[in-house]
Amino acid sequence: MTIPPRLVEVREKILKQNDLLAQSLRQKFEKSGVYVISLVSSPGSGKTKLLEKTLSWMYQKYSVAVLVGDLATDNDAIRLSSTNALVKQIITGTICHLDAQMVENALKDWDLKSLDCLFIENVGNLVCPSSYDLGEALRIVLMSVTEGEDKPLKYPTIFNTADIAVITKLDLAKAVEFDFLLAYKNIQAVRPGIKVFELSAKSGQGMDEWLEFIQKLLQKG
Amino acid sequence: MLEVAKEEVTRQNALRVEAIYIKLGQLSGVVKEALLFSYNIACEGTIFQGSRLVIEELPVIVYCSVCQKERTLISIQNFSCPICNTLTFDVKQGRELEIVALEIQT
Repeated sequence: MTIPPRLVEVREKILKQNDLLAQSLRQKFEKSGVYVISLVSSPGSGKTKLLEKTLSWMYQKYSVAVLVGDLATDNDAIRLSSTNALVKQIITGTICHLDAQMVENALKDWDLKSLDCLFIENVGNLVCPSSYDLGEALRIVLMSVTEGEDKPLKYPTIFNTADIAVITKLDLAKAVEFDFLLAYKNIQAVRPGIKVFELSAKSGQGMDEWLEFIQKLLQKG
Repeated sequence: MLEVAKEEVTRQNALRVEAIYIKLGQLSGVVKEALLFSYNIACEGTIFQGSRLVIEELPVIVYCSVCQKERTLISIQNFSCPICNTLTFDVKQGRELEIVALEIQT
């Protein structure tokens, strides 16, 4: 006689290991007094450029570090190391996103207590990074004007899991006839209430407001 | 996913796994087809080989403060109440990515 299979209730989050680790990282960050900001966007939206400009302004006032995720190269880390910030590259190989374990490993030999702020630049990808909590206090999604106003509609989940949106490469907006009203409408449709910045790290347009925002975060944090 | 399921399989002393039941919210960032596609490959050579993956997809439910009711979104490209059109980000359901049950032989 064969015994029929039985159903066992489980209720476990599939990413529970990542979620638990991210939660413990978040607590560690809070205890150490370091404010952690992650950046997500498609490749080439200007994450590194924005960080370069932000860091070169911040280093006089704050102790800042950056983790940079990339599939293959350490080009971004090299770019960022000229800013005097502590920089470490996480080369993910074939993996298209960062997870909490990679962040924890990368932080092992850093003294978090000596830092005011840590930026985590995720791998350029608008899909997978949205599912992985990294323990950050704030997640920022970037979209450049050259990507088109409908980016939020094409990748709602990444916008949906972000806390702040930044429209980059403002200096090119005219050339590509970027429709700001439509972009704002789309961003708000997938993530109602999100604060949006517009800036160009290259020309400096909008950077004052952005840097003021970062400064306020650090005062609060 | 299989790692999490394996923990339960071991706890239950299962001899065979017939099926894994999961809930997949529309905002989980995971696509049903991609999971199904990779499932058989991931199961090869493990206790899960030959088992079924049963996916229940969950739509996004938000709380509309104007209607004072929970509403199901028509599309995740539009977080507004389908009845009164108010934008809302009070998500009650849709981020799930979890195993709900295992069908096992013990």
